[in-house]
Amino acid sequence: MTIRFVLFVNKQGQTRLAQYYEHLSLDERRALEGEIVRKCLARTDQQCSFVEHRNYKVVYRRYASLFFLVGVDSDENELAILEFIHLLVETMDRHFGNVCELDIMFHLEKVHFMLEEMVMNGCIVETSKQNILAPIQLMEKTS
Amino acid sequence: MALSGMRGLSVFISDIRNCHNKEQERLRVDKELGNIRTRFKNEKGLSPYEKKKYVWKMLYIYMLGYDVDFGHMETVSLISAPKYPEKQVGYIVTSCLLNENNDFLRMVINTVRNDIIGRNETFQCLALTMVGNIGGKEFSESLAPDVQKLLISSSCRPVVRKKAALCLLRLYRKNPDVVNIDGWADRMAQLLDERDLGVLTSVTSLFVSLVSNNVEAYWNCLPKCVRILERLARNQDIPQEYTYYGIPSPWLQVKTMRALQYFPTIEDPNARRALFEVLQRILMGTDVVKNVNKNNASHAVLFEALALVMHLDAEKEMMSQCVALLGKFIAVREPNIRYLGLENMTRMLLVTDVQDIIKRHQAQIITSLKDPDISIRRRALDLLYGMCDVTNAKEIVEELLQYLDTAEFAMREELSLKAAILAEKFAPQLLWYVDVILQLIDKAGDFVSDDIWYRVVQFVTNNEDLQSYAATKAREYLDKPALHETMVKVSAYLLGEYGHLLARRPGCSPKELFAIINDKLPTVSASTVAILLSTYAKILMHTQPPDVGLQQQILTIFKKYESYIDVEIQQRAVEYFELSRKGPALADVLAEMPKFPERESALLKKAEDAEIDTAEQSAIKLRSQQQTSSALVVADHPPANGFAPPVNNLTLVKMPSQTVSDTQESGVSYEEAPKPPVEAPKENGTPVEVQNRDTNITEINNEIKAEPPSTSHSTSPGDLLLADLLGPLAIEGPPAVEQNPAQGLNANQSPAGDLALATLDDQSNSVQPIVNVEEKFHILCTKDSGVLYEDPYIQIGLKAEWRAHHGRLVLFLGNKNTSALTSVRALILPPSHLKMELSSVPDTIPPRAQVQVPLEVANLLASRDVAVLDFSYAFGTSLVDAKLRLPVVLNKFLQTITLTPEEFFSQWKALTVHSLKVQEVVKGVKPMPLSEMANLFMSLHLAVAPGLDNNPNNLVACTTFFSEATRAMLCLIRVETDPQDRTQLRLTVASGDQYLTFELKEFIKEHLVDIPRTQVAPPRAAVQPQLPTTAPATYNDPASCCQDVHVEQPRKSWRSVVSMRILNRERA
Repeated sequence: MTIRFVLFVNKQGQTRLAQYYEHLSLDERRALEGEIVRKCLARTDQQCSFVEHRNYKVVYRRYASLFFLVGVDSDENELAILEFIHLLVETMDRHFGNVCELDIMFHLEKVHFMLEEMVMNGCIVETSKQNILAPIQLMEKTS
Repeated sequence: MALSGMRGLSVFISDIRNCHNKEQERLRVDKELGNIRTRFKNEKGLSPYEKKKYVWKMLYIYMLGYDVDFGHMETVSLISAPKYPEKQVGYIVTSCLLNENNDFLRMVINTVRNDIIGRNETFQCLALTMVGNIGGKEFSESLAPDVQKLLISSSCRPVVRKKAALCLLRLYRKNPDVVNIDGWADRMAQLLDERDLGVLTSVTSLFVSLVSNNVEAYWNCLPKCVRILERLARNQDIPQEYTYYGIPSPWLQVKTMRALQYFPTIEDPNARRALFEVLQRILMGTDVVKNVNKNNASHAVLFEALALVMHLDAEKEMMSQCVALLGKFIAVREPNIRYLGLENMTRMLLVTDVQDIIKRHQAQIITSLKDPDISIRRRALDLLYGMCDVTNAKEIVEELLQYLDTAEFAMREELSLKAAILAEKFAPQLLWYVDVILQLIDKAGDFVSDDIWYRVVQFVTNNEDLQSYAATKAREYLDKPALHETMVKVSAYLLGEYGHLLARRPGCSPKELFAIINDKLPTVSASTVAILLSTYAKILMHTQPPDVGLQQQILTIFKKYESYIDVEIQQRAVEYFELSRKGPALADVLAEMPKFPERESALLKKAEDAEIDTAEQSAIKLRSQQQTSSALVVADHPPANGFAPPVNNLTLVKMPSQTVSDTQESGVSYEEAPKPPVEAPKENGTPVEVQNRDTNITEINNEIKAEPPSTSHSTSPGDLLLADLLGPLAIEGPPAVEQNPAQGLNANQSPAGDLALATLDDQSNSVQPIVNVEEKFHILCTKDSGVLYEDPYIQIGLKAEWRAHHGRLVLFLGNKNTSALTSVRALILPPSHLKMELSSVPDTIPPRAQVQVPLEVANLLASRDVAVLDFSYAFGTSLVDAKLRLPVVLNKFLQTITLTPEEFFSQWKALTVHSLKVQEVVKGVKPMPLSEMANLFMSLHLAVAPGLDNNPNNLVACTTFFSEATRAMLCLIRVETDPQDRTQLRLTVASGDQYLTFELKEFIKEHLVDIPRTQVAPPRAAVQPQLPTTAPATYNDPASCCQDVHVEQPRKSWRSVVSMRILNRERA
């Protein structure tokens, strides 16, 4: 188990997407998200992208008004996760074109599906944008 | 069509987005949930599109943090939908809303399985993804075989196989048995040859998990991993879509190097060379570039390579390169690189000895301690803590103390603890240690636990040359305006104990010390007040000659605190007040504190806990993994010989003390049974060889009996003690010459010598025992330890313990020669009523060594059959074979019991069935007084109850017999003797089991009768005259009844014996 959760949060602290790879109760999720978001949103660009929180290590990255936070185990390779966040953003960008917060909100199902194609059971399953987007294009054709 | 279907979702999301506060959002959410609930109740009216829309809304609401506790059935039912769009929604939302323990999942296991084994690739992917994310134990048991087939199938496309790999990983984590290691090592090796990088990425994740649990099964995969790295490093055959900013699949590179870190070492020179070439290229070829993404990706690979180099404990030169590289990283502007540089340096400290090289970067690391980023500061603190030793402790600790002035709240506690620990571990001088701790209390008193200042007190108390200095420093701190209470405590304590050493210094007279400490009294807590009161008493004691003014002030304070609310304070005040008025006693009671015993620091234990709490968990985990790997390596080489090694000389040296214990026990037994039974009759179940041996030994016994009785009676316990002491040591005696086996016999056995020599003539190649085996057997029947067998080459000793119907014996096989005994073999030939288990016997007994062989016994039912030990060995050209009876006899399972007369008679009368109470007239009895017979019974564990029978010529005994069949069963015995004729008596035995009754009667007869003879029914007339004399009127047995029983006895015995044999055979 490496990736334990993926969160998309805007700068006001509102959650736009939440995916957990281990079972947490709803109260645990709320508490965790609240604490982590407060910590990460308060940091500046001059600070590194890694924050320790309880038994997690949070790797985060900011794009315009959105923060992407990934919770991992302490011994995970942080830079690999940092670039995985970027890969995710680039994949969404390729599909939506200049992806922004509204795209994520109003196309929740597609974003979820992209994430499912990239991460499975806490592990990276695919890093080819082409392969990640193929099922979504198939979905659009059939619907 | 689809667009109109999702319009409701868009409208809902817009509404949520337009809410101005949380309350409005909640109202809107509740409204929507109510609407969805209503629509789901009327499920028939829902179109597939509408259902899909509502499910997405539920997911969105759930994601916002609201509880969605309905609609799970509708979500799960979409999994069974025939069309892709609905099925896709069902699978994805189920993964998000439900967890593996949800009952609804059980309903769709079959549907999911059908999708997995079906031919539709998109359905297969959906199913595998869901199972991979939330599959539980039931999924694991149901689906693992099918998922494995998909993974290794050549007809499956990569898009399915990559998901099968991670799905299998999930199922493996739920139930490790699904992956059979024997078959999977080869499959994994093949999978790692995969060309498709998507599948390879997934397979590598699966491999990391498998190898982390069982590294020795996957050694053949190691070269495959190296080949993957070579392929990626040289950018061979890497599709453009897997190249990230010019770097071939950085995530796969990282994952592969992670897998290699689970192998403890790389032995194959080819693989090792190839791997180090790749690592060298990565370490030396990675440059800092302007593109931040490329930079991050390349450094992700670089840091993983560093970790792998550390793990492999490569050459010193490569390690130096790594440290130099990390030294550059901790100085760059990019904060992520700085963070990781510090973190990896800390890890490097744990795995290799490069501390000196790291120290060159100490100044830079200290600079990082003041970095604007708390994450980096924390890493720097951990690194400084880890790299500290005697040579640089002073500098580092002083830096930490200086930093403490400006550190933020979150860091101060950890900082204080680390500074205290380092000061204690690496203090160059104790003076410096005292300085550091006092500074620590001054700067961060809130975070300095009592453990820390207690430690200072211990050091000062135990080191006289510290005392004056510590008191001086305490005095200085008391002048500070804003003093932490902990500082008041430690200063007051130190000045109370050692303030008198400063008496002649300006400002340090007792009166002045008292005044400055007393200034703090009004503002401190109760626990500190207690310390101050003790300090005042000590100051008073040290002030000689007494200062009346000071004394008056202190006594006034004591008087005041006698009514303080805290009981502890009250008690101290009262006691100190009274003590102060008894001049001489005060000095004795308040004398200087003695030295503390040296013990492990409580601080170090706290440090271990602290390390777990901090982010160093990863380093600890890494170390733990390596330890696990080492353990696995050790397990690869189990001892070739499964047997315990032969007993060495050390054990032999221990024998004397053991012998003393045995001798004492033997002495007691000897006194209890001065004349143990000489022999037992032969049994049909005994092997023929034993019968022959018995015959020979019987003849020898006859010769021995020719000795004058006074000679045998003259044996004293002292002689027995000496004999037993020498017994075990006989193993060390010189080996007897084969041609003179009689040499070991003592003078008392000289009459047997001729017979032994005669036997030798008949069997010139056989080795004869040098002890009377039959006699040894009988001795051991009533003793629990001794020698069972001995010949010129080997001695077999025996030691036994008995409990209820279980016995534990140990055979001691001692080699008496200076060369080994070979082809050693020992078998137990158990009778049907005993369950016996003999431990393995080594094939060889080394010279002058003794081997212990445990033997477990369980008694199943009553029987007089005897177990036989078939023992053989080879010495040179001689092959010795001995069949020895083992003293596992009926009395070993008897336990004495004391009954009151009422108890005895009630039990006696209750047994009215003839087969349970058996009576027999025994002839041919060895003449012996009744007291001697009583002793014989006691040695057999039959408790004689004197006075129970009115007739002084009769004997009554009782005992408890243990077996698996009868458990604990009471046995009653009555012997009626005729003073006129000691060679005959009437024996009655009763118990609740007819077989036990019969066997016990026969057992007792064997010990009473001198020489076994065939039982012949006596003439009727011969019995008649004795009855009136021996039958007491108080018993229920009428004379006529006795006659009847007697007449029928032979026939009944015969029937019982036959029945028992049949029963034994059936049980077997």
